[in-house]
Amino acid sequence: MQDLSLHILDIVENSIAAKASRVEIRIEEDPEGNRMILEIEDDGEGIPAHLLEKVVDPFFTTRSTRKIGLGLSLLEQAAQQCEGDLQVHSREGEGTLVRATFRYNHIDRKPLGDIASTLTTLIVGNPDMDFKYVHIRSDDSFVFDTVELKTELGDIPIDHPKVVRFIRDEITNGLTKLGCKLDLGLLAGEE
Amino acid sequence: MPKIKVEDLKRIKEEVKKATSLREGGKRVKVTVHMGTCGIASGARKVLNALVSAMEEEGVQDVMVTTSGCIGICSKEPLVTVEVLGEEPITYCYMDENKMRQVFKRHVLGGEIQRQFALAKGLE
Repeated sequence: MQDLSLHILDIVENSIAAKASRVEIRIEEDPEGNRMILEIEDDGEGIPAHLLEKVVDPFFTTRSTRKIGLGLSLLEQAAQQCEGDLQVHSREGEGTLVRATFRYNHIDRKPLGDIASTLTTLIVGNPDMDFKYVHIRSDDSFVFDTVELKTELGDIPIDHPKVVRFIRDEITNGLTKLGCKLDLGLLAGEE
Repeated sequence: MPKIKVEDLKRIKEEVKKATSLREGGKRVKVTVHMGTCGIASGARKVLNALVSAMEEEGVQDVMVTTSGCIGICSKEPLVTVEVLGEEPITYCYMDENKMRQVFKRHVLGGEIQRQFALAKGLE
């Protein structure tokens, strides 16, 4: 995975597989405190207690299509290589919280990447689900919530291509105003 | 005849449910971009973005875009399955943005299967 936005997409796909109806993604950038926190919380089926310690094992998966499950172990590796860590908290029937921490100024910390593309991909693929994205940088923040957007849209589907374009622009502008370093690959035509 | 497992029944139920929702949703085509870890690492997000951009450019309303997890053919990712209502699904492999645009224009809109990119015909 080249950047954190791809890790986020991958972890949220786990939430979708766990039949979550709502996923909240929170990123806290603290350049002064040299710390970055990524949290992904869902209201899915949760992970049984006896499986929780195995979820970061790359050779453990509950799927039958193949015998490896790399998503969480790759995120753990990304966190550990810049002196951070990964925690997974889950309650069966209630949901799961994945929390990764990173040393912000570490040379090996992966860039944020194209968050707008990740969120639009999730929304297009799962228009019935609700996604909330919260990005905090120092004392400022940006919040995007599909529940509010759906209320505004009324009968217009959230996965309509023109709405998707609007969402992409809204998130990109919001994060740019926060001062986030973004990979605007697709917008620049070079993702 | 091989013994049917509970997982097989669940899979069949999901497939029937999806086919039914395609008819009920008034959509003519369903395009599934496979978004397992392998697909994402291979560029599936770019492929989906290219598809949505092409739909916006063409003003298409009758195409349903969805995502799914890994189907176990990681070495051939990114994979995309195109299912035209009433026809067998076609799974395309090693997809990129240009191939996705070509599949969209010629298969999804034009009805012509792009055999040079196709991996399989039929359900996963």
